[in-house]
Amino acid sequence: MEKFTQLCGLVAPLDRANVDTDAIIPKQFLKSIKRTGFGPNAFDEWRYLDHGEPGMDNSQRPLNPDFVLNQSRYRGAQILLARENFGCGSSREHAPWALEDYGFRAIIAPSFADIFFNNCFKNGLLPIVLDAEIVAQLFRDAEAAEGYKLTVDLDAQTVTTPSDQSFAFNVDAFRKYCLLNGLDDIGLTLRHVEKIKAYEARRKVEAPWMFAQ
Amino acid sequence: MSGQTLYDKLWNAHVVHVEDDGTTLLYIDRHLVHEVTSPQAFEGLRMAGRQPWRLSANLAVADHNVPTTNRSEGIADPVSHLQVETLDKNCDYFGITEFKMNDVRQGIVHVIGPEQGATLPGMTVVCGDSHTSTHGAFAALAHGIGTSEVEHVLATQCLLQKKSKAMLIKVEGDLGAGVTAKDIVLAIIGKIGTAGGNGYAIEFGGSAIRSLSIEGRMTVCNMAIEAGARAGMVAADEKTIDYVKGRPFAPQGADWDLAVAYWKTLTSDADAKFDCVVELDAAQIKPQVTWGTSPEMVTTVDGRVPDPACEADAVKRSGIERALSYMGLQANTPITEIAIDKVFIGSCTNSRIEDLRAAAAVAKGKRVAPNVKLAMVVPGSGLVKLQAEQEGLDKVFIEAGFEWREPGCSMCLAMNADKLEPGERCASTSNRNFEGRQGPGGRTHLVSPAMAAAAAIAGHFVDVRTVAQSPLKAA
Repeated sequence: MEKFTQLCGLVAPLDRANVDTDAIIPKQFLKSIKRTGFGPNAFDEWRYLDHGEPGMDNSQRPLNPDFVLNQSRYRGAQILLARENFGCGSSREHAPWALEDYGFRAIIAPSFADIFFNNCFKNGLLPIVLDAEIVAQLFRDAEAAEGYKLTVDLDAQTVTTPSDQSFAFNVDAFRKYCLLNGLDDIGLTLRHVEKIKAYEARRKVEAPWMFAQ
Repeated sequence: MSGQTLYDKLWNAHVVHVEDDGTTLLYIDRHLVHEVTSPQAFEGLRMAGRQPWRLSANLAVADHNVPTTNRSEGIADPVSHLQVETLDKNCDYFGITEFKMNDVRQGIVHVIGPEQGATLPGMTVVCGDSHTSTHGAFAALAHGIGTSEVEHVLATQCLLQKKSKAMLIKVEGDLGAGVTAKDIVLAIIGKIGTAGGNGYAIEFGGSAIRSLSIEGRMTVCNMAIEAGARAGMVAADEKTIDYVKGRPFAPQGADWDLAVAYWKTLTSDADAKFDCVVELDAAQIKPQVTWGTSPEMVTTVDGRVPDPACEADAVKRSGIERALSYMGLQANTPITEIAIDKVFIGSCTNSRIEDLRAAAAVAKGKRVAPNVKLAMVVPGSGLVKLQAEQEGLDKVFIEAGFEWREPGCSMCLAMNADKLEPGERCASTSNRNFEGRQGPGGRTHLVSPAMAAAAAIAGHFVDVRTVAQSPLKAA
């Protein structure tokens, strides 16, 4: 997993509440057996005027000029600004894969759906919860000023505006540690092999039916 | 010290290790696997040279991509075909038990787990699918996970978790005739919103929940995720134990007695403290119909499509406007005047035998309305299909003009060939009415199986409480 430490990135505002993972990456692209290549189909149904299917040459497809990410001023955005309950619905990790592949490294919203929030951390994508009023201000600022950038500092747990206004955010210490160091969860868990084995040995006595073949 | 919630009990029984910040290594008893969210996880295992930690904890089935029509030719779509074939190969390679496409036990992963007794009370159950919350109906701690976590569970039999807060949703009183588990859960989502359960594990309680069958409880827990909660659960009782008894994966003999004694403790203590309590009066719940593009955009069958002009909050108002535009609906239209093009009875929410019986009782002796282009019934598993056929339900549906299909996820998310065309409007017993969910441009209205069948017959939504129903022959 790619490390996340500091990021100063262009901000793209996606002004909708309850953006679901079906919208982030539609189901036809979930048929892939790979982990990469989802970026060109992120927000496919909003982003293109035609219907997308796997295997199409996305560079030849007609873009929807009304979709915010298609505006040239947001090209290369690394920070997505969103409204409440971002990432609701399906547990598909293809959603953070698509956002990451698109180029986003952080998402700022007043709230996230739990599974999506969790999935982001496994992919070097930082979901940041800020108060709805602060998010509303960032929406206004990002829309008003072309080239609007924010600085995210994971170690300091702050989001800083171009006018040096700083907002603190929370992140679990363990998740922060993994993200700062780009650590693979499985490797970390396997440090506890003996504890897992001891747990199983105890449970096989207490609840043998759990271990039926 | 106050007592423990059911969630506390399930959590505490599975703690392997706790980090300083409370991040917990939680042991996973049952891992269900399907074709969409597993290929990258198996690939990760292979690349790291890892083996599954405990093979017997895993059960796999292909459900999202499988065709619901004649399967003798296999899967026509080469991309879907490859994904299902990849699951088959991975299960064969690693030695994981899988019900392959032509096995009578194949079906939707959340239907077959309980059907086989692979889901047991007291278990932690995970699957790379958000509707894993379904299994909470058995007093299990069950939730969806992403693909990285699928790999993590395969490799370590554990998950890294932070404990959620506990919410109790109490539904007291008696449901009216024609009002079902689906209406309860849609009414709950209408009340607390799709983000209402974010950060919580929800326990559903109260006399109306206790009165539900196990299948009804599965319908309620299934949609906990639509209320924002990863996990929903219901306390164990005699119905739970009776349901599990004798199923292929269920314990037997001395193990059974030991298990039952433990399962009887799987309730929240009387003095347990919840972080949040929500109460609903069952008698007030009417048949529900969604009108928008989020499950919280729901009203009663005697209601009307809302008017965005009446919404004070700007973000919500633009959400309603966008939804009405997508759905092709006018503000203030009575729900019963909305005509439909297709009907889908199926999905992990409503494809079990009781769902099919409820729909068949409405459809029996009637005909699907001429304006309805397709009404399809997709049983949740091969065994549900078989049982329905033994009860003659297939004939009831076919005679009424419904199509009787093979089991799978089908048009709930349209990964196989079953989908809505742009602009088509569907009465669906599934769980999500998101834009494009049932096909690009498709318009979904979520309802109960009886309401879906009634809409198929009338050609528009109709209050199922006013529709005459025919008794079905006993099996």
